[in-house]
Amino acid sequence: MFDRLSFPQPWLSLILFLTWQILSDGLSGGSIALGLFLAWLIPQITHGFWPERPAFVKTWRMPAYILRVLMDIVVASFSVAWLILSPRPPRPAFVCYPLKLEHPLAISILASTISLTPGTVSADVSDDNKTLLIHALDATDDQEVIDAIYNRYEKPLMEMFQ
Amino acid sequence: MSTLAEYAISALLLFGGAFTLIGAIGLARLPDFYTRLHGPTKATTVGVGSIMLSSVIYFSAIGEKIGISEILITVFLLMTAPVSANMLAKAAMHIGVQTTKDTKGKPWEQ
Repeated sequence: MFDRLSFPQPWLSLILFLTWQILSDGLSGGSIALGLFLAWLIPQITHGFWPERPAFVKTWRMPAYILRVLMDIVVASFSVAWLILSPRPPRPAFVCYPLKLEHPLAISILASTISLTPGTVSADVSDDNKTLLIHALDATDDQEVIDAIYNRYEKPLMEMFQ
Repeated sequence: MSTLAEYAISALLLFGGAFTLIGAIGLARLPDFYTRLHGPTKATTVGVGSIMLSSVIYFSAIGEKIGISEILITVFLLMTAPVSANMLAKAAMHIGVQTTKDTKGKPWEQ
């Protein structure tokens, strides 16, 4: 019974609590009480959906990765904007990307990154977690897309999760 | 509010508005469902991002508060946009939406 009263993911609970304090206007008894309640409730409800934690994650590499992704979002948004406005029709393609990452959390981070960076949307993961189906908006060469994703995103993620 | 802040806010608002507009044009102009997914997830990310940034500068400049909540909104948007794009793509693959003829490769069946 006491399992129900614990915080299965302390870091998630802490982040949820802090987020709630920032979102509500200033600290008050009410916001702290509700923040604590949400920090307990949300991890309890979503517990079953979380993949197992990887054995070792080098979290300090994360800020550099996020900065790189943000930069890429801005830079590549211009190319998509240009493509939308130019009269030339785009050359869309489905690309099968061979995954080297194994951990589900790492794969979902990679898939989200691919969707956020303009020009590519990740459409699906194969059932055995080995291949990622990517839709590229304007690709002349499949291998080019695969190499770019591998060098820019998957390699840093592999270093983080291994 | 200083003149510099006013210029920065106006520039960011115009920039963000332009990008959001381009995203909407993309939704209308691109040839098929899968390519249309790219417009809203991309151009709008930058568009909304810069509009939020201008809101942060505005509220900081009039000295009310530092707009952490706007940054949080942007972060939430960045986290949820790929998920919705992925869900739309999966749904489209599931019901077999047609792609344009010049699309290379095919969505798989599983």
